[in-house]
Amino acid sequence: MKFLPLVIANLGRHKRRTVLTIASVALALFLFASLQTVVTTIAAAANFGSVRRLVSTSATGIVFTLPIAYANRLRAQPGVESVTWANWFGGRYGDGKRFFATFAIDPKSYLEMYPEMVMPADQKEAFLRERTAALVGKHLMETFGWKLGQNVTEQGTIFPGDWTFTIRAVYTPTDPRIGEDVLMFHHEYMEERLGRPGQAGWYIIKIDQTDHAASIAKAIDDQFRNSSFATKTGTEQAFNASFATMWGNVSLLMGTIGMAVVFAILLVTANAMMMSTRERTREVAVLKTIGFADRTLFGVVMLEAGVIAVTGAIIGLGGAKLLYKSTNFSAGGFLPGFDVTPNTLALGSAIAIVLMVASGLVPAVRAARLPVVSALRQVG
Amino acid sequence: MALVEIRDVYKSFQRDTQRIDVFSGITLDVEAGSFLALMGPSGSGKSTLLNLIAGLDRPTEGAVRVAGAVVSAMSTGDLASWRARHIGFVFQQFNLLPVLTAYQNVELPLLLTRLSKRERDERVKIALGVVGLDDRMHHYPRQLSGGQEQRVSIARAIVADPTVILLDEPTGQLDAKSSQEVLALLRRLNSEFKKTIIIVTHDAHAAEQATTVLHLEKGNLIRGDAVPSLRPSDAARVGVAL
Repeated sequence: MKFLPLVIANLGRHKRRTVLTIASVALALFLFASLQTVVTTIAAAANFGSVRRLVSTSATGIVFTLPIAYANRLRAQPGVESVTWANWFGGRYGDGKRFFATFAIDPKSYLEMYPEMVMPADQKEAFLRERTAALVGKHLMETFGWKLGQNVTEQGTIFPGDWTFTIRAVYTPTDPRIGEDVLMFHHEYMEERLGRPGQAGWYIIKIDQTDHAASIAKAIDDQFRNSSFATKTGTEQAFNASFATMWGNVSLLMGTIGMAVVFAILLVTANAMMMSTRERTREVAVLKTIGFADRTLFGVVMLEAGVIAVTGAIIGLGGAKLLYKSTNFSAGGFLPGFDVTPNTLALGSAIAIVLMVASGLVPAVRAARLPVVSALRQVG
Repeated sequence: MALVEIRDVYKSFQRDTQRIDVFSGITLDVEAGSFLALMGPSGSGKSTLLNLIAGLDRPTEGAVRVAGAVVSAMSTGDLASWRARHIGFVFQQFNLLPVLTAYQNVELPLLLTRLSKRERDERVKIALGVVGLDDRMHHYPRQLSGGQEQRVSIARAIVADPTVILLDEPTGQLDAKSSQEVLALLRRLNSEFKKTIIIVTHDAHAAEQATTVLHLEKGNLIRGDAVPSLRPSDAARVGVAL
């Protein structure tokens, strides 16, 4: 530690260069943490879902609907405790450029199915009572500065026209993977405006025992196999995982970009360290004359690289953690629970250490091996 | 036994295909407490001799012994710690670290010791006091005059209480007044603090401050009494074998 003032003084020699190098490291690790968090959030979403909940979609594809009449037949299935359904509503808000996830749900059964969504009892009552009522996630409310009782109009993209909802309830999820950037309204309201087509996007089915999941799913699909609307049923977890696999290549891309950025910054940092020690050839020779051992000078240069890497890591990784946590970032509801995990922080720290070693090693070895007499003669 | 013993030292450099012989069997004894000035034209090997004594360079043949240790046979790692304990080095161009204050520059050799922060602080202040710069300790080199920089450099050389102080053209960059101050300081370090000083210089006035003067001519040491400007009594205080 007694060499720290020397290290700090050396780093302060070219303040602008040091600040820019630290900023480069910080930016690289911030980007790494951000991209890695996209990957971990997608992976976490794939793990979300109760194993006691099944999801039934059209066997043709998720964009095709199922008859609302299936609800009663599903309830009648042995082992099924309750059923609810929802539709994706692709609306836009404001100037038409703002987007967030919107679902039409069967309110009572949906809220019973998802006890993870918590709200005050009076608000829940108000939401259930009013046909045009909306239930909104807490973060979405904060994002737009909405208030309870306020009317919100969305422009339908799948279902054209202006759709006005009155915010009657605000939910807070007990599981961050559910997301807080979602608006939900009554499926009945949509049915009414669309002329009662009697369609549901997907069904969610609560079953009695987890080990009955496979047999019940098979029984449901068998029941509708020869109908015009065949179903594809699986656990909610598998359903979410299927979405995650759609992101598969994106995850690989994110990881690759993240590492490429880190590697580019490694070269920048290494170059800055090389320049820094080359400019100090005479000083290194003087320190050796005073009695500084090769290993001490090696340590001093490595410590300089370490201070740059650690400071950059604290700013970059800490900044990513604080920023996403404080803003409750969720990419418009697409990445609920977006938060830099301890594993990502550990991985980022490990990268910072690699950065320190890789950028400091060559100049440190050069300083340690510098021949004193020729170095002094060269400048003297 | 002399403090510095140089025995049959040969030193040569290879420049491209040409071999340059600097010393061909030089022998020199320097007693403890002496103030020796080495003079001679450029390229005569003065600085090389200083580097050999400091362990910064190795002889091609022969032995260099300082305070009983065979410097020429030490490993690089041992030499560094040995140098920290036994050698104080002053350069012509001061060579203070520009990013450190006078205090921090003087403290550098003490960072290599086991002294506590408080002990280091005491020693740095004493050293800066000896060179008369205790009121400039928080100034950076750029805020000091050339003479003051060289005095800081001398404080750095003496702070760890080395066995020998080696100075390579210490007045070469200084004006007459600053030179006088530095030379007076060196004389005081030798007479009052009994420091062994070896100085390389072109400056006859600087050499006059020494108790002994030797000339290097084409790699050979010429005894002081062979040089008209030297007093024979001074030359007699060191043993010179030609």
